[in-house]
Amino acid sequence: MGAGRLGAPMERQGRDAATSAAAGESVSVDAEARRREPLRRRASSAVPPGSGAAEGVRRERPGSLSGTASAARPRGEGLRKRRPLFPWFGLDIGGTLVKLVYFEPKDITAEEEKEEVESLKSIRKYLTSNVAYGSTGIRDVHLELKDLTLCGRKGNLHFIRFPTHDMPAFIQMGKDKNFSSLHTVFCATGGGSYKFEQDFLTIGDLQLRKLDELDCLIKGILYIDSVGFNGRSQCYYFENPADSEKCQKLPFDLKNPYPLLLVNIGSGVSILAVYSKDNYKRVTGTSLGGGTFFGLCCLLTGCSTFEEALEMASRGDSTKVDKLVRDIYGGDYERFGLPGWAVASSFGNMMSKEKREAASKEDLARATLITITNNIGSIARMCALNENINQVVFVGNFLRVNTIAMRLLAYALDYWSKGQLKALFSEHEGYFGAVGALLELLKIP
Amino acid sequence: MAERGASGGGSGGDSLDKSITLPPDEIFRNLENAKRFAIDIGGSLTKLAYYSTVQHKVAKVRSFDHPGKDVEQDHEPPYEISVQEEITARLHFIKFENTYMEACLDFIRDHLVNTETKVIQATGGGAYKFKDLIEEKLRLKVDKEDVMTCLIKGCNFVLKNIPHEAFMYQKDSDPEFRFQTNHPNIFPYLLVNIGSGVSIVKVETEDRFEWIGGSSIGGGTFWGLGALLTKTKKFDELLQLASKGRHANVDMLVQDIYGGAHQTLGLSGNLIASSFGKSATADREFSKEDMAKSLLHMISNDIGQLACLYARLHGLDRVYFGGFFIRGHPVTMRTITYSINFFSKGEVQALFLRHEGYLGAIGAFLKGAEQDSPNQYSWGENYAASSGLMSTSPELCPTQRARSGTFDLLEMDRLERPLVNLPLLLDPSSYVPDTVDLTDDALARQYWLTCFEEALDGVVKRAVASQPESVDAAERAEKFRQKYWSKLQTLRHQPFAYGTLTVRSLLDTREHCLNEFNFPDPYSKVKQKENGLALKCFQSVTRSLDSLGWEERQLALVKGLLAGNVFDWGAKAVSDVLESDPQFGFEEAKRKLQERPWLVDSYTKWLQRLKGPPHKCALIFADNSGIDIILGVFPFVRELLFRGTEVILACNSGPALNDVTYSESLIVAEHIAAMDPIICSALREDRLLLVQTGSSSPCLDLSRLDKGLAVLVRERGADLVVIEGMGRAIHTNYHASLCCESLKLAVVKNAWLAERLGGQLFSVIFKYEAPAE
Repeated sequence: MGAGRLGAPMERQGRDAATSAAAGESVSVDAEARRREPLRRRASSAVPPGSGAAEGVRRERPGSLSGTASAARPRGEGLRKRRPLFPWFGLDIGGTLVKLVYFEPKDITAEEEKEEVESLKSIRKYLTSNVAYGSTGIRDVHLELKDLTLCGRKGNLHFIRFPTHDMPAFIQMGKDKNFSSLHTVFCATGGGSYKFEQDFLTIGDLQLRKLDELDCLIKGILYIDSVGFNGRSQCYYFENPADSEKCQKLPFDLKNPYPLLLVNIGSGVSILAVYSKDNYKRVTGTSLGGGTFFGLCCLLTGCSTFEEALEMASRGDSTKVDKLVRDIYGGDYERFGLPGWAVASSFGNMMSKEKREAASKEDLARATLITITNNIGSIARMCALNENINQVVFVGNFLRVNTIAMRLLAYALDYWSKGQLKALFSEHEGYFGAVGALLELLKIP
Repeated sequence: MAERGASGGGSGGDSLDKSITLPPDEIFRNLENAKRFAIDIGGSLTKLAYYSTVQHKVAKVRSFDHPGKDVEQDHEPPYEISVQEEITARLHFIKFENTYMEACLDFIRDHLVNTETKVIQATGGGAYKFKDLIEEKLRLKVDKEDVMTCLIKGCNFVLKNIPHEAFMYQKDSDPEFRFQTNHPNIFPYLLVNIGSGVSIVKVETEDRFEWIGGSSIGGGTFWGLGALLTKTKKFDELLQLASKGRHANVDMLVQDIYGGAHQTLGLSGNLIASSFGKSATADREFSKEDMAKSLLHMISNDIGQLACLYARLHGLDRVYFGGFFIRGHPVTMRTITYSINFFSKGEVQALFLRHEGYLGAIGAFLKGAEQDSPNQYSWGENYAASSGLMSTSPELCPTQRARSGTFDLLEMDRLERPLVNLPLLLDPSSYVPDTVDLTDDALARQYWLTCFEEALDGVVKRAVASQPESVDAAERAEKFRQKYWSKLQTLRHQPFAYGTLTVRSLLDTREHCLNEFNFPDPYSKVKQKENGLALKCFQSVTRSLDSLGWEERQLALVKGLLAGNVFDWGAKAVSDVLESDPQFGFEEAKRKLQERPWLVDSYTKWLQRLKGPPHKCALIFADNSGIDIILGVFPFVRELLFRGTEVILACNSGPALNDVTYSESLIVAEHIAAMDPIICSALREDRLLLVQTGSSSPCLDLSRLDKGLAVLVRERGADLVVIEGMGRAIHTNYHASLCCESLKLAVVKNAWLAERLGGQLFSVIFKYEAPAE
């Protein structure tokens, strides 16, 4: 896509913002940015090194938006001190998708708004007034958390995603909009925070604060669960998952979260056993994840988006592709207590030329989805048994708009564990890492 | 999942090939006496098992009706030899491609003469498909047997009966196969069968096993998905593609996500983060090879991971892998092993089986043969008739691969007596009989293979000479030569074809080949003559020993044992001497011996021990006929008896070279008893017991000994084991640890080996060991 696609609607604003940001810079540099000054070797730095006044103001209120104190705000000085400058972002750069959470303050006073630097304002406007950015960036409006209080500020939390391969465009946009002038700290997690660190620095003049992926994930989940979903429950499960008539999505109260098996399905899969907020371990992982589903679908069906792959899968019949127990034994395999409907060999029918020719792209997409999902369920179940944990929370963007996979996970876990294990899901499935990164920025424990 | 072969797979289709001419000399042997059939029909290969009897000649020794006096007369042999027909039981297994099914069934029907068999046990995914054809052609009722039950029965059977059945796969080592010595207790273990799907079974006892899990991502997934992705239809071709591909072009690796930072984070950048993660794009083409490789990794890793999770849940560390996904394919063995090592951090062992492809057929056969109690017997792999493992690199041995692709054979002889561990082994589970692993030691391998090649002419000559009345002896001997020669050539290319290659296995293979062509005992006449000559000297030898003082006598006895051991037709250096100088005798042999201090010399310690209380009971493994047993071993035995030590004298059950057999030892003892009151009374009072080892090998495997011997050893409380001869004390057991005192003695009759041990030809090994307190 390149820079244009993601950043296109922003471009003009970006330039404006850059200009105004440069103007405002002398009064809004925070202490941290100053400290890093020599490292960053910022040619454009407008900060006079010895500007005592500015320095003094900054030290007094390192968290404030502007150089002037606002007596109108009732919030405590301590809180304000800890509070970083706007904008508040949390970034999770995965193998396939970048997840961005953005806190939009809704309690901005008129005075504050007047003082708000142009670039900051334009970012806020741009992010909140659009639902798509370029051709690949998307804001999941339905996930927006309203009237959230974070660090003493009230506002809405926005959830935005775009493909990782558009990361260069994102960085370019940051540069074009002169993000660096805002001196915000970019808290980022995910492997990409390492991979793109240098690009952020050299192209965007932005320093990333890299955060541990799993720490962020767990922080994010626990926090989001605690704030709920605009009055509804964050966590849910499926009743009668195998029965399309009777299947119901029901809220689940995660009041006793520990111990918990956390299965994060992104491009690959990580499985964590969580015993308390700070006590967790990575149990295992598998490379057969969302990336595998989508990757194989692209090869098998020529589809080009995840949504398209899922849509095809929803119309397909995997039993044309997979060899079932009943295909081999004519029914159940009683010797081993295997039901006839169970898949004996994923893609097993595709060993035969005739059956290969008879299978549609939709069937293949469906079989791919079933294969990957069942496998994740199976590994998760074994881990739960080995770790002696009976609630399993599945998260990650593989589950986004993927009811087939969620219902299958719910059913498989229940069936093969004879009701011992419960599959749980969470509304903000893929965003927890990014939320965790934001929480780190705000130093919310 | 349990289904093993893949029906309807693209390998060859359903058309049956009738044009093949079957070579009856080599395959479907002994069909005329066949009874009890079992068949395992997979997706592309059929494995047929049948039980048959083999009639072959054996040399029997029998005393003359009036022993004793005759011995004193010159030129009169001490006993007579007669060649008799003996019937032994043999299990035949043959593997062929499904395309030859009809031709094979026709062949079987035409050659099946006098069978009373009414049913054939059938297993495998294809059993249903060919049921009608089998019933029509063979007029046998097809009895379907459960696939997994057969598989596990077969697995238990090979693990118990075939030495070096299981092996680990080690990448980048030469050879890549690491064979396991048979563990005395094979249970419990995990069997992961990778057919079209994956079945994970926990096996706890002979009859108890449990399906504990499985996965639908298996061989069928590799084949089916692979066919879709690459348009390559055959399983083997897919594997070929995979072996040439680079998965990093298709998979998203950790380094793709983390960039270069994985190193500082201590992550391995080459780990796959997301299989096929890079193919999630519409605008790139991927090579077939790369996709096949990525698929192979994905499936192997997944199976390995699940196997580890199950192994951990059930506390098991031995995992055997089988199924068509594994079957002899080094590529899949490599990836599965990698995965198991990665996910278990080395705690779980991935093991493979040499006869993995036959498990189902063996199991089905055993199911059908339950009334014959085949599990009560011990069985031995017949090296002469079995094909052995295929080469890991098809380019190396194209002919062998081609042949094995068509027909592959396994034959197992039913041993007349059950075999067990020697109860005196210090640690049966870590006992390794063989001293040098020739698969490992390339130099030693080259030497011994050449050595056996060079000795072949002599063996052929000896074989012909042993049957002067036979009209076809020369012809059979020539066939023997070709067979053994080709085995040696196979072993040059694939040292691991029959498990770990050792001097013992080379010797045993030669014996099997000789038997195959009805040369049961080429040395019978030599042994007869030498026994006769030695018996004549017995009394003068004992007289001269008795005239010595105690201490002098002890050394003389040991020297006698060693000198006797020089008479070994198996050693070329000796057989050359014996052929050229018929007068070479006991005294000449003594002069050949190395002077003390010997190459390994713990004689002083032994002498010291003899000054102490007598041993309760000594178990002696004898070596050669003639001077060795009569003038070396028996005087030594006599001294032990005299000291008050009981003696169990163990000789081979069947012939091997000029080694003394159990039946010969009985006659020899009888003759000696007639001359010697000490031996006579000891035999009468059961203080001297003659037993058989259960073996027909010039070497000695203490983990496979006659059960009767083991019982006796326990009953009599044997506290000394004497092992004599190069084959038993150097090629094998040199490092064997026993829980009682042991004496290993031999004369090194091979210059190369002597040099390896740091000595010269006719160096002496005298190794006395007492267990640590």
